[in-house]
This record gives sequence, C-alpha cells and structure tokens, in this order.
Amino acid sequence: MTRGLIALGVLIVMGLLKLPVERDLATLHRQEHFRGVEFNLDLREKIGQLGFIAALSGFRSIVADALFIQAHAAWENTQWGRMLLLFRQITTLQPRVLLFWDTAAWHMAWNASVAAMNDANQPRQALRVKAQREYFALGKEFLERGIKNNPDRPELCEALARLYKEKYKDHERAAEYYAKAAALPEAAPWDRRFSAYELSYCEGREREAYERLRSLYNEGEKERLPTLIKRLNFLEDKLAIPQDQRIPDKLLKR
Amino acid sequence: MTDGETSSTLQPFDAPTIPKRHRAFSLSRILAITSNTLTELTRLKVFYVLLVFGLLLIGSSIFMAQFSFQQEFQILKDVSLGAISMFTSLLAIVATARMLPRDIDDRTVYTILAKPVPRFEYVVGKIAGVLLLLAISTLVMAAAFFAVLYLREQAVLQATAKQMASAPPDQLADALRAVRASAFNADLIPGIIIIFLKACLLTALTLFVSTFATSTIFTIVVMVFIYFIGHLEATAREYWLTAHGSGLVTRVFLAIVALLFPDLQAFNLVDDIVAGTAISMAVFTKTALLGIFYTVIYTLLSVFVFYGKEL
Repeated sequence: MTRGLIALGVLIVMGLLKLPVERDLATLHRQEHFRGVEFNLDLREKIGQLGFIAALSGFRSIVADALFIQAHAAWENTQWGRMLLLFRQITTLQPRVLLFWDTAAWHMAWNASVAAMNDANQPRQALRVKAQREYFALGKEFLERGIKNNPDRPELCEALARLYKEKYKDHERAAEYYAKAAALPEAAPWDRRFSAYELSYCEGREREAYERLRSLYNEGEKERLPTLIKRLNFLEDKLAIPQDQRIPDKLLKR
Repeated sequence: MTDGETSSTLQPFDAPTIPKRHRAFSLSRILAITSNTLTELTRLKVFYVLLVFGLLLIGSSIFMAQFSFQQEFQILKDVSLGAISMFTSLLAIVATARMLPRDIDDRTVYTILAKPVPRFEYVVGKIAGVLLLLAISTLVMAAAFFAVLYLREQAVLQATAKQMASAPPDQLADALRAVRASAFNADLIPGIIIIFLKACLLTALTLFVSTFATSTIFTIVVMVFIYFIGHLEATAREYWLTAHGSGLVTRVFLAIVALLFPDLQAFNLVDDIVAGTAISMAVFTKTALLGIFYTVIYTLLSVFVFYGKEL
C-alpha cells in the first residue's frame, strides 16, 4: 500500500516534469506539420462515433483509407452526394494527404459537374448549369482548404490553377496559383512557364506577361518551347515590339 | 603414510568447488530470464500474428490493384503501418499482462526468487524478453512491408515503362520518378522505430499495472482504457492549461489525465510521414527520447512496486 502511494507520488511528480517537455514536443510536431488533426466535437460530428474511436486509437489513416474505398465505390455508382460527404470526412481525418484533396476536387469539379450537365432527369438547362457551377465551387473549396492545410506543397496550387483555367476560364487566377506553386520548394519546372502563359491571356497584363515570357526565353534553349514562342509572338504583335527586339524568326519555324 | 597414500586420499584443487561470491547485479542472470521469457512467449505461438500480417499485406495489395498507383501505395503504406502499430501494441499489452500473474500461478516466480536472484533482475529480465519479442516482430513485419512495397513498385514501374514506350525519354523519366516518389520513402524507417518505442512504452506501463493488478483480465482492461485516454492526453493537457472557464471538477479530472497518463499521440507520426511530411532529426530524437524516458520510468516503478509485493 505504502509503495503504491509512493509510486503514485512519483507519477505525479514525473507528470509535472513531463508537462513542459510534452508541450514543447507537441509544438514542435505542429510546426513540422505533424498532429494536424484536433480531436474535438467538430471532428466527432464529421466522422461519426466509430470513426472517432478508431481515430482516437491512432488509426485515423486506416479509417480514412476505408472511407476512401467507400468513396471509390460511391463514384462507381455515381452517388455524388455520398461522395461529397465521404471526401469531407476523409480530408478531415487526413488533411496532409494531397491525394485525397486532389481526388476530391477532381471528382467534384470534373466528374460530378459533367454528370450534372448531362443529367437526363433535369430538363431545364439553367438548373443543369447551376448544378454544374455548384460542383465547380465544391472542387475549388476542396483545393482551397487543401492549400490552407498544406501551405508548403505546390501540387494543390497547381490543381487549383488548372481548375481556374479549365473550368472557370479565369486566366488571371490561374496565373496567380501557378505563380504561387512556382514559389514553393519542390515546384515543377513548368509552373513558372504556365503562370506566364496564363498571364498572356489576361487583358491589360500583356506587358507583364511579355516580360516574364521573354525572361524565360532568355534563360536558354530548354525554355524555348513551341507554346512559349507562340505566346511571345502573339504578345510581340499585340504590344508592337520593335523588330530588332523580337525573338529570331527561325524559332517560329520549329 | 606414504607418498602414494597421500595422493589418493587428498582432494586435488578444484576451482569450481570454491563457492562464488554472490554479485548484486548479474547481466548473465538477466539474460537467462530474458531468453527464457522469449522462449515461453514463442511457445505461445505469438508469431502467428506475423502470418496474419502477411495475409493482410497480400490481401490488400491484390484488392488495391483497381486503384491508381498513388492511391495503391498510399493505402498499402497506411494499412501496413497501421497493422504494425496495432499488432505491436496488442502484443505488448497481452504478452506483458499475463507474464507476472502466470509466473505466480505456476509458482515459477518462487523457484526463481528462491535462488539468489534479486527482484530487480527478475523484472528487468522479464521486460527485456517482451521487448526482444517486439523487436523481432517489428523487424519481420517491416521487412515484409518493404518487400511487398518494393515488388509493387517494380510491377508499376514495368507497367509504366511499357505504357510509355513511345513517349519522349524525359517524359518517361518523369513518370518513373513519380512512381518511385510515391512508393518508398526513407522517413518510413524512423516512423517504424517510433511505433516500436510506443510498444516499448506500453510494455513497461502494462508491467507496472500488472505489479498491483489482481488478474490478467484486469490488467488488459485497464491498459485498453489507458490506451484510449493516452491518445486524448494532449487534448486534456491543452484544455487544462489554457481553458479557464471550466469548473473545478473538470479541471481536477483534466489535471489527473494530463499528469498521470503518457501522451500517446506523440508517437503517431506515421500517418503524416506516409502523407509526405518529412521527419526532422529533432522531431525523431525528442520523440524517441520521450519514449525511452517513459519506458525506463515505468520499468523502475514496476521494480519498486514488485519489491513490496507479497508473494
């Protein structure tokens, strides 16, 4: 009994000593992007009781994978509403897995939006277009939340730039997100180029686009790709660049 | 008495007949208990867990063939590391919980302690046996996981090379690089070491609980509760230290959780490692030291309580 009480006393003293160490470690973990999930009532409501218990036991990645497989099955059955719910749960459980954010956005903005436009049960086109726009917005929302959770990774910025370009035809925002991706470590070498391409389509920003494309062109042969030359030629004409400052004609014949 | 008679009656000098001085601490005694514990646990067929792990790996890799290679590798890594974590934690709790009660029931402990074996050596030998079992299991599971990951990676690389045979060489190289980047990641190794350290912590804590527990079932049930509470300790700690509006009872409860339980969430790093988060040397060292600290403290407390236990 006495020994038990002494052991309890030691545990309490050790507890007092370990508190600052554990807090510092938790802070370090968060700084380095570990422990991205907070266990609170909000999470409990989002992932359900069983999921919450599993996540509490340290198996949140497995729970997220199980939900991902369910989402895959829902996709095969074109259950878009269920997929949305499942992907919200998955991304809540695993906010650092880019694949989940990217797949969720792709399903919403590309697959579900096309399905909404081709919905035979909806005879009114206006409503089909409305549904399509809503799915674009859901895809965008996934990517924006993904970027917020992974500010150090370029892949989701690239995906959002693609979404702005292909779905919203918003070249300015596409250029902005490609530029954001290019500024991050481990960015793809084409991000800078794509940002300049998108900018070249923006009314009123031709001069800026021209300077960026020209700067890329001046970097050497590796950057002198057909699209870059085509866009430069277009801007040279539009901005009436003097002949002696234009890129050599021979490159046009590539 | 002749010389011949003397030589036949006098005993020759024989070193082993001189009684050895008893040493307070003997590594060989601890090793004997450790190897005995390991043999005992092996006879209980605990390594069948590894068979289940192997089947899980094979099953999941066949099932995941319908996904893209990024999804396949993501799920394979999640499932494998989750299974390693689950099996090592289960092994740690179940194997340790039955150790002391069984020795007392079988009266093995009396035979051992009747000899000049201090209780400290007995407890250390026992826990070392379980830790050795955990180390072997973790190594085998990790090796199986890396082998399956490598085989799948090679299969996907071959398929990609075949599909992109007519593509320009730089595009093919990019595609192959993407496949390799999705498969093996060197940070998985420190992640597995942290899983092992979490199992070591659970072993020491189970041993501590079993020193005053009355039965194996009691120890296992208490450890299951501790396992869940330990994963909530960080939340309780932060709430206790930062929230000021809660009542006294709540604050006392949170303080008990924060002070008495280990922060098990600190050892769940693999989820984020699989997601691509790099583990720095500082994070690894500090987390590993915390695990070792807990293991040593709980072992010492177990020895302390076991010294006072009436056998």
